[in-house]
Amino acid sequence: MCTYLTQSGPIDGSGKGGSGWFTLTQATVYVDHPQHAPYEHTVNIDLANPKLGPSARVAVELTEEGALALIESIRAALASAPPGLASAHGPARPVAA
Amino acid sequence: MMAETVKINGHQGDEVEAYLARPLTPGPTGGVVVIHHMPGYDESTKEMVRKFAAHGYAATCPNLYWREAPGAAPDDAAATARASGGVPDERLLGDVAGAAAYLRGLTSSNGKVGVIGHCSGGRQAFLSACMLDLDAAVDCYGAFVVGTPPEGFPLQVQPVLPLADKLSCPVLGLFGADDQYPAPDEVATLEAELRKLGKEFEFHSYEGAGHAFFAVDRPSYRPASAVEGWQRIFEFYGRNLAA
Repeated sequence: MCTYLTQSGPIDGSGKGGSGWFTLTQATVYVDHPQHAPYEHTVNIDLANPKLGPSARVAVELTEEGALALIESIRAALASAPPGLASAHGPARPVAA
Repeated sequence: MMAETVKINGHQGDEVEAYLARPLTPGPTGGVVVIHHMPGYDESTKEMVRKFAAHGYAATCPNLYWREAPGAAPDDAAATARASGGVPDERLLGDVAGAAAYLRGLTSSNGKVGVIGHCSGGRQAFLSACMLDLDAAVDCYGAFVVGTPPEGFPLQVQPVLPLADKLSCPVLGLFGADDQYPAPDEVATLEAELRKLGKEFEFHSYEGAGHAFFAVDRPSYRPASAVEGWQRIFEFYGRNLAA
């Protein structure tokens, strides 16, 4: 089916697309027909920068299992690093005793 | 045949890119507006446009994402259109009307124009047949013709079934019996409504086929159903778009 439903939100970082690296500003997530993955439906994620045009996009089409595993991997990676290490505001500073 | 990219005047007179294929014969021939599916103005849709031309029709597919993403790759354009809320029904209707007018304006035209769409395009084909002056409409597994779009539906779209009394032309519906969008009971509801309204229609549901069984490049492809479906389409257009 075409679910039409789309989750979208701001992101901050960089991605590598067809013409090299660019700044990412928006993530769009939806469950719908993929363009390429050999499944009827996938979790599709577009990491994009709309101001740079339609081709400023890093796209992935994942199975449900793959998408959930990715979420867990992201959580695990963050959990293994000091809190805030990858934050836009820098790592959390130790509180003085 | 000749296949080329042209500009047509779509909704509100906007210049919109369209793919056009037509037989190199003087005519008169019927025309077909092909509404591309949500993944965009892509290769498989253009192949369909050429197929109609090979069968003697002038066919065109307007790029519904031209405004958001002119010149972009189809998948990037589809992603951009989706992220910006998709194609509003009003604009879709304007673009289909523009495409139909373009086809009727060809010197080879016999004045008759049909429409076809798959998936989201199936709903849009049915909607077009309700709101525009067309001669034949093919709805291939269009979801949300019956029923209300899900909560959070991002587009300003209208329910389609209540518009069925305005149908301007016969409808051919091709569905997969295993499809859930539209599910067989929705197809039955649509069928009952068209019968009640005394509309001319022909529905076929294929066993062992689900959604997108025409899509040759997808795992959902069901050759037997698709081959038979194409036969139904050309019979239907032959009856309704002939000179």
